[in-house]
Order: sequence, then C-alpha cells, then structure tokens
Amino acid sequence: MNDMSGKPQYRVVGTRPVRPDGIDKVTGKAVFSADHFVAGMIYGAILRSPHAHARIRSIDTSKAAALPGVKAVVTGADFPALKSMEVDLGEGGGDIVDMSVNCMARDKVFYDGHAVAAVAATSASIAAEALELITVDYEVLPHVTDLAAAMADDAPVLHARMRTKGLDTPSDKPTNVSMRFVMEKGDVAAGLARAKVVARGSFSSAPVHQGYLEPQACTVAYNSDGQVQIWASSQGAFMIRTVTAQVLNLPIADIRVTPLEIGGGFGGKTVIYLEPVAVLLSKKSGRPVRLAMSRSDVFRATGPAPGTICDVAIGCDENGIITGAEVTFSGSAGAFPGSGTHPAAVCSLAPYKIPDYRIVGHDVVTNMACTAAYRSPGAPPIIFAVESIVDELAGKLGMDPIDLRLRNAIQEGDPSPSGVPFGPIGLKEMLEAAKVHPHWSEPLEANQGRGIAAGYWPNFGGQSTASVSLTDDGTVIVTTGSPDIGGSRASMAMMAAEVIGLPYDSVRATVADTSSIGYSMLTGGSRTTFATGKAVVEATEKVVDGLKARAASIWGVDAGAVEWAGGEARCTAQDKEGTLSVRELCGKGGPISAEATVNPPDPGPGIAVQIVDVEVDPDTGTVTVLRVTALQDVGRAIHPSYVEGQMQGGVVQGIGWALNEGYVFNAKGQLDNAGFLDYRIPVASDLPMISTVMIEVPWPSHPFGVKGVGEAPICPPMGAVANAVSAATGVRMHHLPMSPDRILTEVAAAQ
Amino acid sequence: MTSATYHAPASIAEAVGLLSSDPAARIIAGGTDLIVQARAGRVKPGAYVDIKRISAAIGIRSFEGGFAIGAATPCTALLEHAALCAAWPGMVEAANLIGSVQVRNRATMGGNLCNASPAADSVPALIAAGATCLVAGPSGERVIPVTDIPSAPGRTSLAQGEFVVEIRLPAQPSGGSDAYLRAIPRTEMDIAVVGAGVSLVMDGGVCKSARVGLGAVAPTALLVEAAAAALIGTTLDDNALDAMGEAVSAACKPIDDKRGTASYRTHTAAVLARRAALIARDRAGAK
Repeated sequence: MNDMSGKPQYRVVGTRPVRPDGIDKVTGKAVFSADHFVAGMIYGAILRSPHAHARIRSIDTSKAAALPGVKAVVTGADFPALKSMEVDLGEGGGDIVDMSVNCMARDKVFYDGHAVAAVAATSASIAAEALELITVDYEVLPHVTDLAAAMADDAPVLHARMRTKGLDTPSDKPTNVSMRFVMEKGDVAAGLARAKVVARGSFSSAPVHQGYLEPQACTVAYNSDGQVQIWASSQGAFMIRTVTAQVLNLPIADIRVTPLEIGGGFGGKTVIYLEPVAVLLSKKSGRPVRLAMSRSDVFRATGPAPGTICDVAIGCDENGIITGAEVTFSGSAGAFPGSGTHPAAVCSLAPYKIPDYRIVGHDVVTNMACTAAYRSPGAPPIIFAVESIVDELAGKLGMDPIDLRLRNAIQEGDPSPSGVPFGPIGLKEMLEAAKVHPHWSEPLEANQGRGIAAGYWPNFGGQSTASVSLTDDGTVIVTTGSPDIGGSRASMAMMAAEVIGLPYDSVRATVADTSSIGYSMLTGGSRTTFATGKAVVEATEKVVDGLKARAASIWGVDAGAVEWAGGEARCTAQDKEGTLSVRELCGKGGPISAEATVNPPDPGPGIAVQIVDVEVDPDTGTVTVLRVTALQDVGRAIHPSYVEGQMQGGVVQGIGWALNEGYVFNAKGQLDNAGFLDYRIPVASDLPMISTVMIEVPWPSHPFGVKGVGEAPICPPMGAVANAVSAATGVRMHHLPMSPDRILTEVAAAQ
Repeated sequence: MTSATYHAPASIAEAVGLLSSDPAARIIAGGTDLIVQARAGRVKPGAYVDIKRISAAIGIRSFEGGFAIGAATPCTALLEHAALCAAWPGMVEAANLIGSVQVRNRATMGGNLCNASPAADSVPALIAAGATCLVAGPSGERVIPVTDIPSAPGRTSLAQGEFVVEIRLPAQPSGGSDAYLRAIPRTEMDIAVVGAGVSLVMDGGVCKSARVGLGAVAPTALLVEAAAAALIGTTLDDNALDAMGEAVSAACKPIDDKRGTASYRTHTAAVLARRAALIARDRAGAK
C-alpha cells in the first residue's frame, strides 16, 4: 500500500466518482421534505406571534375549529408539562423545556415568529383561513433584540427565573445573561505587561442565518395504536426521534423517522420546530399531516447564529512572540440560552501558543428566534475579532502577517485548549504553503487590499452505526443512519469499496430510517466522514473476515491461511492454492453482512487558512472580492471534490457574513429582512472562483486519516475579508457586516 | 377563502371594461411583483386582467422617430432590438438590472412603473429619457409623462379602469445618449439602494441638453432639473460635475431603512449621477 514517499496508495479513496444522489438532485427527482406525500394527508399551518415579547392572556380557537375542513387545532395547552433536563445532541442541545416552548409558546411569546397555535385542514387554503379566525389576546411587553441592550441593568428580562451561572459571586438578580464562562491559563496581566507591543480593539457582528435553501417541513402519521411515523429532512433522524419523544412523553421506539433528502442545513437542522406540532395535529385529526415553513418562517423562527460583541487585546515581544492575550465576548442566544459560548472560547485563541491568556464569554438571551448551530457554532465572529487583532499586531511590528502567525503557530505536541496535546495538525504547513503561493505575492492595484486569517474548530466524534450487506451477486450495500448533507453516501461507499477491494460502482450507500439501523448521532460537528466512516470501515472489515472464514471452510484451511487482497480471497496454505471472489463466496452459503457501532472520542482537529483580495470603491464603499485561496488541513480527502466543495462553501458563507448578511429588526422588534431579497447571501456573480489547497496531514485514529472538513472553512473568511478591506482602505474594520454604508462611515470616522 | 378570477382580454376596450367593473381587479403582465405580493398576502386581487394578449401592449415598434414599447413586453426582449439599444442603451440596461434573467423574461417596464416602487430600476432611466405613457381608460386614451404615473410608494395616479398600454421614447437626437447606474450591495438580484439615470446631448464637446432621474431617494423617482441645468452648456468638467452632484444630493429626500441609510443614499446618488453622466457623454461622443 505504500510508495517510496510513504504515502499510502489507494484505489478508490482520493478519486472523484459521481455521488449516488447527484442525478436525482440535478434532474429535480429528489424528494425533499415538502415534496413528501402520504395518502389521506391533510395540511397543517402555524399561527406565529407578530410581537417580539408578549404575554398570552388567552387564545380563542373556536371559530377556527368550526370552519368546515378544519380537522384539528393545537395550542401550547396540548403539550405535556416537562421537567427541566439538558439534552446533549453532540452539536447543539439545550433544555428540553426550552425546546418544547420553542415549538409552541405557552404563557409568553419570546420573538416575532414564535408559534402560538396550529391547525390542520383538508386544504392549505382552508388552513390559512383558519389561522385568521384564531384570536390571541396579547399583553405586549417591552422587548430587547440588541445584544448590548439585553445586558444592560434596566433591560426587559425575558425569563424571570434566569440567574447568571458561572459568576464569581452568585447574584439573585433576574437577568438576560444566562452564563458567564471563563477559560484562562497563567496570568494574563503579567503576559500583557511583558509585551513590547499590544494591539486592542472592540468588535461586533450581527446575527446571521444559515441560509439553507430548503425550508423545514415534515409529514407525520400518528396511528391509533400510538405508533408514529415521521418523514422529514434533518441533520439527524435520530435527533428528531429523541427530541420529539421527550417533548411529547412518548416511548422512543414508538417513533420511526424516515430521513428525506436535505436541502442544506449547515447546523440549522440539528433542532426541531415542527415535528411535535405535527404529531399532535395528526393525533387529533386521525390523518397524516404535513407541516411546512415558508421562507419568512425560516428567517423569523429558526435558529440564526448569534450576534456578538468582542474585545480583544494581544501583546507580543519585539520578535513577534505572543506573550499574552485577553478575549471578552458576548453572544446573543435568542429566546433561550445556547449561543455557543464554550466552543467560541475554545476556538478563539487555539491556533497560537500563548503562555498567559484569559477568555471570558457571556451567553445572553434576546427577543430573537433561538439560535441554532451554524458551522463552527459560536466561533466564527470571535475568530474574526482575534484575527483582526493579530493583523493589527503584524502591522504594528512591521512584520509579514504570515511570519507573525508562523512564529506563534501551534504544532503537534503543543497543548490544545482542552490541555490535551495536539495530535498531527497542519497549521505551519498551511502557513508555509500560503507564503510561497503565487497569490501571496501577486501585485495589487489602487484601492485593493489583501488579508489573511486562520481559524480552528475542534471537530466532533460521537456515536455512529453502519451495516454492510453483501448480495447474492457480490455487490455491496452500505447502510448508515447519518443524513447525507455533503456527499457522505459517496464517501461511505468509497471507504467500503477500498476496504473490500471492489470498484466504487459495486457499492451502494443508503441512509436508513431510525427503526432500520442502530443509533447514530446527528450529522454535525464535521463528524460523519470521520465517525460514521470509521463504523463503515469496521463493518466492512467484519464482512471481509466473514468472507475469509467462508473461504477457509471451503478450502478446509485455517482462517489464518486466507489472505484478502484485490477483492478476493487467496489461499496461502502450502499444499493448496486458488482464489475466490466476493460473488463466488456469496453464492455458496448466502450473503454475508455485519454491523459496527463506534463512538470515537478522538476526532482530528479542523484548521484552515485563507487569503482574500478585495477592491473597495472609495466613493460607494462597495467591496468586490477579487481572489480567494482557501487552504485547509483535511487529514485525508476521501472524495476530494466534496472536500473542496466544503472549503468553497465555507468561504462563500463567510464572505456573506463578512459583507452583507445580518438580521435587521424594526422598532417593534420584528425581523425586517425575513427573505432572501433583503437578507443578502452572496449570489454567484459576487464571487471569484475560489481556489483550494488541500494539505493532507493524516489523522491516526481514522483508518484513512480523515479529519472532519465541514466547519473549519467558515472560521477564517470574516477575518481575512476584514483584513483585506482594512488594507485597501487603511482603516481597521470593527463591525460585521461590512456593508457599503458601514465602510464609508468607518472610513469617514477615521479621517 | 375566495379565489380570484383570471381574464385575458384581446382588446384595450375589453380590458378597460373589466377594470372598470371590478375595483378589486388588477392588471397583470409579467406578474413578478403582483404574484409575489399576493402570495405574501400583501395584496388580495379579486381578479387578474392579463394584458399580454392585447397586441398594442406587446412588442417594440418605431414611433415618431423614437419607439413605442408595449407595456407587457418583457425586459429581455428590449435587448434584442438593435435600434433601441443603440438609441437608449442606458434605459435598456436599467430595465435589464431588474431581478434575474429568469425574472426579466417575464417582468415588464409597464409593471416596473405601475408597481410604483421608489426603487424601480427602469423608472429613473425612463424619466431621464423623457419617456411618456399611453394610458387607456373609460374616458379614452391620454399621453402623460412617466414622471406623472407613480404618486407614492405602491400608488399610481391612474384612475379606476385606466392602465398603461405602452411606453413611448422620443427620438434620440444626434449626439445624444444615456446611462443608468444603481448601487446595490450585491452584483445582481437586488433592489436599488440608489439609482441614477442621465440622458444628454453633446454638440462639439458641449452639453446641449440633459435630464437627470433618481431612484430610491424619495417617495417617488425624481426628475432633478437643477442637476441637468448644472450640466447644460458645460463640457462636463469637474466644476460642472461637482455642481450637478450638489444638486442631486440637495434633491434627495431619502429614508433610513433596511437597505441603506439616508446619508448613504444622499452621498451615493451624487457619485452615481456623476459616473452615469460621464458614461452617457462617452457614448454620445462615440456616435
């Protein structure tokens, strides 16, 4: 398997076959959530609060229930009362009571778009008409959507029982600050005091949405025996099953969730909104019910990523060696706690060796939809602030920003934020590759600037199950419980094909429903190719063991006398020789299958570096992104095209976050840009072709060296774009998004 | 829930009859604004009167040395009319900044005008071009300047039963051309934060006549006569352009909203008008 350089030579891993779902998606045949149809199905609709913060005095649904064609009406009163309990979903999670109240408001609404009632009717138009017949008596309360305002002493308090966790001195004062989290090492004051040069700044960013194209939707059939069938796209069919069961107090095994094709998630589909509502509507009506969100519902009611404020100070000596750093930040969690404070703290300074640091994070509730995971949840806007200050430091030292980062870059053996030493990590390799890349030395013209930034995300392992079944003709079926969000079916088939020694086209990968495969944690944390891939490899190895055992029994030799290579068994016993193919072996005694469950605690880290060139129109403030080079330590690229797709996609979303995306609230606290016209994700013509450089530093605990690649690429873009804009204008940018009027304002203020 | 009826009259008279008899009836051409608004519940038309089967409302023809463009003609069709593109390139560009290519295959200048958004891209260019409209109604036909159609955001001056049949562009004099620029944070598929259209006639390097139209800086698109006056009689030197920019900014009465601040709009309107004037001058000189 090894050539002279020591790099393994694979037959399938590292090639670029067509993904199994590709043709259906290109031709429009793929069935996404809102496409699913069940015989006898009726149509659900949800009434949403127009108020950012209000007490519900009463809800009168009698007229809606009396409308011909209406089969069920549901309000918060139909939901069981629950005890507070933390639910850990790997990426995301929170208190089950909050999750339930987020699905349907009880005594209060916490944001514009919060669900207050639902109906199911024989047509979508009757359901819409029924919503208009529901009367909700609201007592409108003062609201707060702005992060800094929510932390003020006189802010309207969302949750009367909330007290700040993690204070040095506990306080009994009601507050919107749900938690204070501190991470520190050494003595930050001494570290900064040792510095010859210190750079400081205050930064902020607006809440942004994941911007997936497919709105949430589900179809639910509640049977009279209590069994429930759910069809929905998500990042985790098992997550839907668990949370729906817990919200409704149902036995988990009574719920079967069938995953449908997913039109993007980026972390946003790691939580549920509709499924418990649809279960109750189906139970009351006795009919299957489909519930689907509109685009406006998606923006108003599904989790954005938090808005942030962040103060950073970093000091270094005259040689550019960082002596100390201090990061203090807050994130707006929306209606319920959970803005990614821990991961933001962990990632903020992770790329650099810093002897003395202190990181303090605050999680703050606001009258906005409850935040959900978004690629590297919590971390990207904090990394933007840190990478801006690293750039500032390089400027003060008159040092090349790559050289400054190289002098401080972590490498294998250095302590990671958790204290455990880093395993193989390719930050220095990337920075060295960036330095010699033609992009870094290409001349720039007037009003143009170049920026660079790094970004770290720890990645996740977690539980995964895979089964591998052979068929009579020797072809292979790989089954997992991990929704395919970025080409994972292709990667799973490729890894199985590599292990068993068959061509890619002989292996078909499917994603099973929750009653047909063992538990798998959701697709998130960049874990699927790593952890589920590991399960696939182990299950395939078991199948190969079974094939070898069968060959041994056919030949009448010890299993040790059978070697597996090139997709066939070879007898190594001295007195016998011969080969048996998978097909021949399956033809004698029936197909072989095996299952494997893994729970690897040791995922490889995600780390990325990006170079961005921009041109800023000095008269209008418009930014044109001219060139991007994205580098990433990918461990081992199973399917390089899909790895590059993750890298390019992270850059695109990061450019949107940097330049134009952001929630805009009106004076009433309503979301004012709940659509793709005014919530401006980049369009194709906004972007140059994004060059990718994959650096392969294999991860030892995965059979092929895989490191998760889905999240790290969204960590550097905002810092890289901001550093480029700052270079082009000569003025440090402090706020995201860097919209044209913001840039003109900051430049004017600096002059 | 009541559903709307749909009519596709073949004549102007039939359309006027339908519109006159039902106050809830709305004209539909491309439907790229109306259908979206109806789906969002912002409008509830009782009837749709589709004017695409009325021959006078479709197509581009020569008219009095200029052009008559049927109100229901899709924007992309303008690009295929070589004489129109040569005479009024800025107006054709403006109409082809609306939405996306797919949207413009349906969307029309008539709809863009009568939707009465202050940010409509084709309207400042039509104003700069000195365009007029043929309006049909219960009391017959009349011709009015494009400037007179929008009366407020989302409102027009058209009386019940009236609709715009065609848009008329005057003859382009020798030495004349136009240009339109808009500011958006993206490169396409967006709504103007500011729009500026300039039409002018050059003679021996001197500006003989000019018109300046602005969008998204006031409740309706503006004709800024003071800006034009700053250009007329000059070579479009820096002093003239500065004076025009000042006149443009002075005419702006914008609001702060989710798409941009009032101060950004006021500043950028002058920047874009200046740039558009220079493009129009270069185009005029190239003739």
